[in-house]
Amino acid sequence: MSKSEQLRQTRFGQLVDAFGLPRLIITGFLIFLFIMAPITGSDLPTQITNVINRFSWNAVLVLAMVPMIHSGCGLNFGVPLGVLAGLLGGTLAIEMGFTGPMSFVMAIVVSTPFAILFGGGYGALLNKIKGGEMMVATYVGFSSVSFMCIMWLLIPYKNPSIVMAYTGVGLRNMFALDSFYAGVLSKFLEIDLNPLGINLVIPVGSLLFFALLAFLMWAFLHTKTGTAMTAVGSNPTFAKASGINVDKIRLLSVVLSTWLGAVGILVYQQGFGFVQLYTAPLNMAMPAVAAILIGGASVNKASVANVIIGTFLFQGLVTMTPTVITALIHTDVSEVIRIIVSNGMVIYALTRKTEGAK
Amino acid sequence: MKMKKNFNGFDFLQNNLVPLMFIIICAICIPLSGFSTSYLLNEVVTRMGRNIFLILSLLIPIMAGMGLNFGMTLGAMAGQVALIFVTDWQIWGIPGVVLAMILSVPLSALLGLMCGKLMNMAKGREMILGYMMNYFVTGLYQLLVLYFMGSIIPIKHASIRLPRGFGIRTTVNLTNMRQCLDNEFAILYKGVKIPVLNFIIIALLCLFIVWFRRTKLGQDMRAVGQDMEVAQAAGINVDRTRIISIIISTVFAGFGQIIYLQNIGNFPTYTAHSQIGMFCIAALLVGGASVERASIGNVFLGVILFHTMFIVAPRAGVAITGDAMIGEYFRVFVSYGVITLALIMYEIKKRRARSHGGELLARAQREGGVQS
Repeated sequence: MSKSEQLRQTRFGQLVDAFGLPRLIITGFLIFLFIMAPITGSDLPTQITNVINRFSWNAVLVLAMVPMIHSGCGLNFGVPLGVLAGLLGGTLAIEMGFTGPMSFVMAIVVSTPFAILFGGGYGALLNKIKGGEMMVATYVGFSSVSFMCIMWLLIPYKNPSIVMAYTGVGLRNMFALDSFYAGVLSKFLEIDLNPLGINLVIPVGSLLFFALLAFLMWAFLHTKTGTAMTAVGSNPTFAKASGINVDKIRLLSVVLSTWLGAVGILVYQQGFGFVQLYTAPLNMAMPAVAAILIGGASVNKASVANVIIGTFLFQGLVTMTPTVITALIHTDVSEVIRIIVSNGMVIYALTRKTEGAK
Repeated sequence: MKMKKNFNGFDFLQNNLVPLMFIIICAICIPLSGFSTSYLLNEVVTRMGRNIFLILSLLIPIMAGMGLNFGMTLGAMAGQVALIFVTDWQIWGIPGVVLAMILSVPLSALLGLMCGKLMNMAKGREMILGYMMNYFVTGLYQLLVLYFMGSIIPIKHASIRLPRGFGIRTTVNLTNMRQCLDNEFAILYKGVKIPVLNFIIIALLCLFIVWFRRTKLGQDMRAVGQDMEVAQAAGINVDRTRIISIIISTVFAGFGQIIYLQNIGNFPTYTAHSQIGMFCIAALLVGGASVERASIGNVFLGVILFHTMFIVAPRAGVAITGDAMIGEYFRVFVSYGVITLALIMYEIKKRRARSHGGELLARAQREGGVQS
């Protein structure tokens, strides 16, 4: 083996180490999809619009993973709890009679106390079970969602546009947000190139809102408390020795994650245009977890950059595969690819050796 | 020692909290549901016959200290693949069931091997890994059944294929196999049908588990479950032992799923396995098992209590609230809640044991220091 070849091999090895083999494959696959899109006859601007749109719906939910990973609580499979707080906020704001952009603001305001309450209880619980957070988080998510299934039927909502049509008791499975907060962010400062003949629509408002939250998160992680959080996550014993109240920091991170989950689902709903209740919150955890892992996070390390890269890669994969792959092989295997990629990614992350294990 | 004696009553309550809770729930719900005793007994006995085998498959990984095997669904999927082939070859009745079981073995063993190897790479996170494996392998299963069967793997009969020519229809019909095990030697006693053959098979598996615990391998597994490092030092190949325990569990789960589905008589191809792991684990925990301890007795008690609750909850829900959906959601909530509670209790206990161990170590070191 010649010297240059050896060097190249080690360089390639370093790149793989730094970037992670699965991430490299996914990035390569996405680039392949972008190249193939025009060849297979699908309109590239439309595809890009879809990817950006879905990015703007999901990015905040993925951001909700960051605080808990930072404080060493692992992947937040309990994100449905935050989603429930968001749903309570959204439905109560509508029930109170708010409409239009005001309903979105009120939804966030109303969901905040719920998020703090749920997050506080959840955080206190996770402090009792350090080391086993992820499994418990998963089942806390499941049981709270099924508990709220009962509650959606029992809470006496009255607003006719959200309760079941015939009986008037209990909320509908799904309702449209047209007269409430659908598109309040995405329609704000929207750039629409359709008049120029290009099918490109950029929801600037949603992206700005995400950028604001992401910036706040980044800034927070550089404050004193944020640094303490990182210390707790990377080495709890050291953090304790240097006088940080580990439990308090962890609790704070869980409350933050839960609140971001609540805001995340509201942002998702305003983009999607519908509210989904009952068992729907369960479907929100896995894409968010997979996205941040694809973005380069590990079980105890994550940054805002991971969120942006990961959400883009994952949502790109989800939106591009149906059209492109279907056009290529005339069979729709996108759903299966999505399942294998997202769960394979989680398994990959779980089998990595992590430093600072408790 | 003194402390331990004082805590006994509290410990009993803590260890048996879940079964006691369930006995109370059942005691309230049974009269409210208004079902007749013979109907209820019949239902419970049928469900015992079809579920116990699946739940027993969870015991061996618990013994090896790997926690609740959420990856048992892998075996269930292998069983379903085997059933699809047997249905296509039109081998019915008991020969079909036996053939399906034989066919499922290599597939389950392979999946079990994969799962075990990955779990060895993620020691301490076995449960969440097994849980994620469900979803991952569901993807592979869909790829196989929805795209490869009929296109790459030959499927003869158009009746089970999708109209487009490849892939399996959303429901696989097992009418000709329906309850063939249940009906063989069945005894009708006061309106309650007892599926004797099922219970014989279950008894055989119980005997196997009891015997297995006493073999060299079984002892090794218990040692590994107690303390991996000590076991390693004693010359046990820890990784290999753990893989074997998962393989055994997966293979039995495959058999269990075949027994379960022949009782039902058909199965939704793409979703039949998805809830199995959750219900089996919930039933086991309801029987008083915990993440590190489970016995055959827990399995039987758990099935009876859990399924009684499952049968009566919707009707009781109607009686209390006038809405059937509430009972429906309630039983799902209870199943999830039980698992959550058991996991929390396990983690708290583990942490307490660890800090207790640390205390002992510190004291020993202190005393050692004084002596020297």
